Amino acid sequence: MFDFSTITTAIDQFLRDIMPSQAALLVECVLVALCAVLAYVMFAIVMIFMERKVCAAFQCRLGPMRVGPWGLLQVFADVFKMLIKEIISINNSDKVLYNLAPYLVVMSSVLTFCCLPFGEGLLVLDFNIGIFFIMAASSFGVLGILLAGWSSNNKFSMIGAVRSGAQMISYELSIGICLLTIVVMSGTMQISELVEAQRDGWFIFKGHLPAVIAFIIYLIAGNAETNRAPFDLPEAESELTAGFHTEYSGMHFGFFYVAEFMNLFIVAGIASTLFLGGWMPLHISGFDSFNTIMDYIPGVIWFLGKTFFVIWVLMWIRWTFPRLRIDQVVSLEWKYLVPIGLLNLLIMTLCVVMGWIF
Amino acid sequence: MNPTFIDIKEFRQHMENLRRKGMDFLRDLIGMDWGDEGLGAIYALENTATGENIQVAIRCESRDNAHIPTVCDIWSVAELYEREIYDFYGIIFDHHPDMRRLYLRNDWVGHPLRKDYDESEALNPIRMENESPEDVQRPYEIAEEAQLKELAKQTNKIHGDQYIINIGPQHPATHGVLRFRLALDGEEIRKIDIHCGYIHRGIEKMSEKLTYPQILALTDRLDYLSAHQNRHALCMCIEKAIGIEVTERTQYIRTIMDELQRIDSHLLFLSCAAMDLGAITTFIYGFRDREKILDIFEEVTGGRLIQNYNVIGGVQADITPDFAHKVKEYCKYQKGKIKEYNDVFTNNIITQKRMIGVGVLTREDAISYGCTGGSGRASGWACDVRKRHPYALYDKVDFKEIIYNNGDCYDRFLVRIDEIKESIHIIEQLIDNIPEGDYKVKTKPIIRIPEGRYSAAVEGSRGEFGVFIESRGEKSPYRLKFRPMGLPLIAAMHKILKGAKVADLIAIGATLDYVIPDIDR
Amino acid sequence: MKKPAIKSIPYEEFKDNETLESLIAELNKERTNVLVSKLDDLINWGRSNSLWSLTFATSCCGIEFMAVGAARYDFARFGFEVTRNSPRQADLIMVAGTITHKMAPVLKRLYDQMAEPKYVVAVGGCAISGGPFKGSYHVLNGVDKIIPVDVYIPGCPPRPEAMLYGMMQLQRKVKVENFFGDKNRKHSRKEMQDSPIIVTNVPDSLNEKKNQQ
Repeated sequence: MFDFSTITTAIDQFLRDIMPSQAALLVECVLVALCAVLAYVMFAIVMIFMERKVCAAFQCRLGPMRVGPWGLLQVFADVFKMLIKEIISINNSDKVLYNLAPYLVVMSSVLTFCCLPFGEGLLVLDFNIGIFFIMAASSFGVLGILLAGWSSNNKFSMIGAVRSGAQMISYELSIGICLLTIVVMSGTMQISELVEAQRDGWFIFKGHLPAVIAFIIYLIAGNAETNRAPFDLPEAESELTAGFHTEYSGMHFGFFYVAEFMNLFIVAGIASTLFLGGWMPLHISGFDSFNTIMDYIPGVIWFLGKTFFVIWVLMWIRWTFPRLRIDQVVSLEWKYLVPIGLLNLLIMTLCVVMGWIF
Repeated sequence: MNPTFIDIKEFRQHMENLRRKGMDFLRDLIGMDWGDEGLGAIYALENTATGENIQVAIRCESRDNAHIPTVCDIWSVAELYEREIYDFYGIIFDHHPDMRRLYLRNDWVGHPLRKDYDESEALNPIRMENESPEDVQRPYEIAEEAQLKELAKQTNKIHGDQYIINIGPQHPATHGVLRFRLALDGEEIRKIDIHCGYIHRGIEKMSEKLTYPQILALTDRLDYLSAHQNRHALCMCIEKAIGIEVTERTQYIRTIMDELQRIDSHLLFLSCAAMDLGAITTFIYGFRDREKILDIFEEVTGGRLIQNYNVIGGVQADITPDFAHKVKEYCKYQKGKIKEYNDVFTNNIITQKRMIGVGVLTREDAISYGCTGGSGRASGWACDVRKRHPYALYDKVDFKEIIYNNGDCYDRFLVRIDEIKESIHIIEQLIDNIPEGDYKVKTKPIIRIPEGRYSAAVEGSRGEFGVFIESRGEKSPYRLKFRPMGLPLIAAMHKILKGAKVADLIAIGATLDYVIPDIDR
Repeated sequence: MKKPAIKSIPYEEFKDNETLESLIAELNKERTNVLVSKLDDLINWGRSNSLWSLTFATSCCGIEFMAVGAARYDFARFGFEVTRNSPRQADLIMVAGTITHKMAPVLKRLYDQMAEPKYVVAVGGCAISGGPFKGSYHVLNGVDKIIPVDVYIPGCPPRPEAMLYGMMQLQRKVKVENFFGDKNRKHSRKEMQDSPIIVTNVPDSLNEKKNQQ
């Protein structure tokens, strides 16, 4: 496998040679931030295009066709428009919070995005409590949504925000329990080590039953966390017109739009990291020649392939399922997912103690 | 049928007696302006057990201070009907709990359907300021009466300190421009106040100046999803009045077209219900299959949505030679697709959780509110006009009246799905046997209806669509009233919504299946 | 002369090129520099290919509008992909259906709530002139009496193809506009400051307070 850390170390070495180490660090920070944001935007554009084409395919339509070949440039047109569109300031709104909210949402999703391991050595933040950091960073996105709803001075937004608060905070719990299940199994919280531990088999195979249950719960909870159907109550188009971002126009709305798609990417990315081996190729112990062939496929492709597969599954659900009602959303979490998740955690612990994992 | 006039003093007693005798369905309430003879109203009543129909009329002498006792405690639907009459004629219904205008703005000057109404622009210019937020206006009050106080408590008056949200007039789930003012407690709906009239186009008033063939064009635009049936009703009424018999071929064509239109409407219902619940793919599936019906319509009539096909004495043009073939092909196609809808939407666990047990309308309420059509049949009320008062060929074909008994959203949904199957069944019986003959009988160039009162009713796509004509022998009607299919449905809304959540409102609204231009007319 | 191009339909095949040409002539009276006009072209390309409409329908035409969005006609092909339910996020309002006296202030308010750039398409006879209901006491005879209309699509209701054609006409119109210099703003900036938009769905007491001010 190609290790990206050789490149990054080389750049680091080069910068340290030509300037003092403090300055080198600064330049590196700027470079990394730039790359991260660029990648973020790029993936957002890919995701939006994918969503449109996938949904069109499910709905017997063609989707964007006219702008560029097969509509490839459609999203760029949308971005141009969105950037230029007027941003309206609202009477009687809390100006500071109103303007802050979209940035909070985007910030949280960029931070989480930085934790994803795209390949060996190709991740921005990697420290010993990586999973914990992901949980923390992703959970302040809900703050942005709550503030957006609160400060808009619009009752639809307010209901959307309160719904979103109830929903996202609840489902955070399930996500936490699922991640904890994997942490218990692997014994580490560091992202790179987690992926490394899957060299001889992905966690979903290693952890058999409890891991599969955790994976399913994670997908449901992750879907809820991204506010997508069947959990799109905070913006429930047919109920609250546009939910918490009803009053946002132009790029402010664009931020919410992009953050929603990127949260989907992040949820899928974490799923593929923790359950499907991240950038690790498919290895079957014993079949050495097969493993070698698999190793020839670069890790980045493995990671993106798995991630987009999970995204596709989530999109499939999104375009097929009707929306839940708020009490059903909450009771699904507290009456079913949390108890099952806790029990599952117990089973996993038992499995680890008894050595029943592969 | 001519109504019996009741003296205003005995009116209340008489109506109560009628209700006791089993006249439980107020089919229609028609406001009238008889010129010098005064203002009044005609009540069309039906006994749902026996099918007996009567009409009762009341007249009040004074034009400026017309009062009629309310009957909204006897038939719940009268609450909105009486508000409509107050709006159009300025007749005040004594003891009505909530005497406000129903359609027009509350600063509107005059009552438009009166014969002495001044239509000048100066009185009612286009007002661009918003309506005053305090929209509860009660032109009169008798505060000392305890009964009235009790009634007032139950009204939909919403207080300013409640958490109020507006659903509509521009809202994706109201299927048009209806406005609900909701008082919320968290997610739960405490009270609902319905504002109509955002698409009130004054069709009934316009009709009084147009000739009969001209009026036909407006009926299609009332409820555009039962354009054929609406027009069928008016044609039938006029044909009955001038005494012409349409040919057998016309009857076949009309019946087939009515049923095709019904399938079209129910497919749209399915689509919109799915979209309101968030399943967008099902929405597109419904529209995909609906296009196939529109193709048939377009080939035969020239119009997709609004076809202008029925005319007095027959239909506009003969069917095309491959009509039968196309319709048969379509029926075969559609039968296969119903399973697809069920797989992707109806049998989905979330759909069922959202619909089963939500928004229950009991049979008694359905009758009292006059909720006909699929919504009434889902509550166990056999209210199909095609069975109750057969017209066209409905007494010759074999079909089941779909009845469910729970009256919840899921049953209302299933009724429509099953009715698609029944309609296909009806079409299949007729399509091979269309007799030869004229598609239209000759009528006089100017149609005058002899003096009298005439009415006809058909089963529209979403309930009983009735037409009432009072003629004075002119080439335009003296008074034309359409029975709206949707008004009873939204009248029942606040009853259904007891303890529902905001999301349930959307599900209930979707499954009640109203079309706003039909409510507002 | 700038000829706005639409993919796969030649300029000459469009009807009513004269109106467009006179619009171009009017807009290009003052010469602008090359850089600005190139940037304008880019912006217009983005805008014209991403016209998101508000879901606004009052009657029959609305059903045809839905049909345009559905499987057979699919306006997503042209980039009109998303219909937004919130006026803030919509680029154009398709007035599909009759506008009555009671609806007129609502429509105006919706229009005011939209963010620039915004366009209006009048769909169907009713929105253009009152259509079959012209003589009625409660119908507004044409939405252009209260809001400026960019494209008219006649028909009762117009066929989906007609709606697509109308949308393409709007695209052409957007393609010749100037972003810089505020020439195409529907509301001037000053006007926006002087009469701020009233927010929907605020507590009645708040609006009342404002009225008193």
